[in-house]
Amino acid sequence: MLRILRQIGRTGVLTEAPPATDDAALEAAGIELRRTLSSRFRGSFAIRHVDAGSCNGCELEIHALNNPYYDLERFGVHFVASPRHADGLLITGPVSRHMETALRRTWRAMPAPKIAISAGECACTGGMFGVSYASCGRADNVIPIDVRIPGCPPTPTRLLQGILAAIGDQR
Amino acid sequence: MICSAPDPDTLAPVVRLSLASQDWRTAAEMAAALGWRWAGIWGDPGPEACLVRACLVHDDQRVLLETRVPWSDPVLDSHARCYPAADRMERHAQDLLGITFRDHPNGHRWTRHQAWREQDHPLAPDFPVHGHGPKRTPADTDYPFVRIQGSGVYEIPVGPVHAGIIEPGHFRFQAVGEEVLRLETRLGYVHKGIEKIAVGTEPAALARLAGRVSGDATVVHAWAACQAMERATDHGVPARALHLRALLAERERIANHLGDIGAICNDVGFAFVHMQCARLREQWQRRNHQLFGHRLLMDVVAPGGLACDLPAEGEGLLRADHERLRRDVEPIFAIVDDHPSLDDRLLGTGRLSREDARMLGCTGYVAKASGLGFDLRRDQAYPPYDHLRVKVPELREGDVASRVRVRMEEIHASLDLLDQLLDRLPPGEVASDLPRPAPDAQGIGLIEGWRGEIMTYVRFDQTGRIARFFPRDPSWFLWPALERLIHDNIVPDFPVCNKSVNGSYSGHDL
Repeated sequence: MLRILRQIGRTGVLTEAPPATDDAALEAAGIELRRTLSSRFRGSFAIRHVDAGSCNGCELEIHALNNPYYDLERFGVHFVASPRHADGLLITGPVSRHMETALRRTWRAMPAPKIAISAGECACTGGMFGVSYASCGRADNVIPIDVRIPGCPPTPTRLLQGILAAIGDQR
Repeated sequence: MICSAPDPDTLAPVVRLSLASQDWRTAAEMAAALGWRWAGIWGDPGPEACLVRACLVHDDQRVLLETRVPWSDPVLDSHARCYPAADRMERHAQDLLGITFRDHPNGHRWTRHQAWREQDHPLAPDFPVHGHGPKRTPADTDYPFVRIQGSGVYEIPVGPVHAGIIEPGHFRFQAVGEEVLRLETRLGYVHKGIEKIAVGTEPAALARLAGRVSGDATVVHAWAACQAMERATDHGVPARALHLRALLAERERIANHLGDIGAICNDVGFAFVHMQCARLREQWQRRNHQLFGHRLLMDVVAPGGLACDLPAEGEGLLRADHERLRRDVEPIFAIVDDHPSLDDRLLGTGRLSREDARMLGCTGYVAKASGLGFDLRRDQAYPPYDHLRVKVPELREGDVASRVRVRMEEIHASLDLLDQLLDRLPPGEVASDLPRPAPDAQGIGLIEGWRGEIMTYVRFDQTGRIARFFPRDPSWFLWPALERLIHDNIVPDFPVCNKSVNGSYSGHDL
């Protein structure tokens, strides 16, 4: 236990003193995100993520949103395990035909009002996989998308900015 | 048995062995009796016949069995009776190419769900890349899962959409109380037609596509594809580029191991290590972005070399990073190594025996934790590893704790390799032009990724574009290992067992 406390003490709080310039942009985006959320979703925005055919690159960067540097939850945004609990759907990957029905059902299972966000080049445009016998291409071909976050994969900062845009568009 | 060795150099370092199709199974039985590892099967469709190849490995030897299967009678004996590892790859070949494997223990479809009909085969030359129309694809509801009957036995279906930020796949548990009697995985949900859309691409585009076979292993998949293309064209890559490719591959290994060690601890409720490792991983990725322009190092490896050189200030920064990471992981790994609540959950959980690991064809940390210390970087070394000291950790217990320990040791071994690479980093160019390939030129790429051995086959067509691309991720052999090692464990330990193996869905589904 002492070792753990010592390590925690040594590490300190990284979130409040983030280094480098990227993090200034993140802070700005984050602060505005909190302002918008507090008016729309009373300080809480629940996201359900669905990988509809991704290569797992986008997932790694979405994971990074929860690391001590970005700490997404401090803005009232959190990932939930069920679409029934979600305000927003975050979709990655070109929609593979084998995931087409699962994605539609997940979207249908979410209560309104709801937002769909496509993250990554594949979900936004179909990327290099496009439309084929195995792929439906971009997420818009399957369910209506409100906000697109491009990038292969989008950086955590861009993801955060995109989530902000998702809320902003609901005005 | 009648066999011949056609033009031994065309697929070096692999030895080709041409067989009559009636000897296909006998050859596998002989290899199995001698303890060879089965390492993959794929077909290369031609106008009249499909050239089917299966790879067998023993220590530093690698043999490629070849046979022609005519489209008029597309039947071949199955290897799956003597090599369980062959089960799903043969079914993948069956679904995509239309080859029937005789005497297969389970001839059901595998990669095919409902996106194309049983009589269609996407890799057949006459199958259009767009398939047969934009119809909606229904859910795959009638896959024949094995069910266990008996008092108190119940079934838990999970997926394809999981309760976390992970890839999609379906798990079907048969359980009694908390104990798992049987787990059957059903994959193929992220099948994106990679093998089909690769046909007709230019080498540079193929490298980018290979970098997205499995996004967490982008460096090593791109390297394997480039190595295959470079061998096919007999092209020498600048030494500096090779050293930097290895540097990128080791950075990728460290980033993934850090993330997974944290996630394994998180899966047993020990968030402290998760946050500490996530912090180190983030610092590591930021350095990737600063020096190579991409946090995951995508599209840095290109045919003929690299897309960018290490900047002048890079070497100093990297050396300092290596020293700092060594220092930073020490107190964290000391806690992981010896903490009662982690020991309680990780020791003895999800055991994979050495025999099972061998039979299922496992490589990488899963095999190393079960006493099979094979590593391409040491045992079939390719440049630049042929001049480096590669330390390969090997443990015997085969449980989750061993897999964690192997990964911790691999981080140290990779840091050591990174310093060796910087010490020997030659000056010069990092890019070169891939020469125009001869018609039908072919090559095999063999790279040790962080998950294990990657084997990639590439053949060019008459015009210098890609005719066939098959990337074989080690995950093909990790998913069956997961089914095996979860036996007699409790359902709540499934997440940690799964994370300790961490097979790629995307790399498997293609």
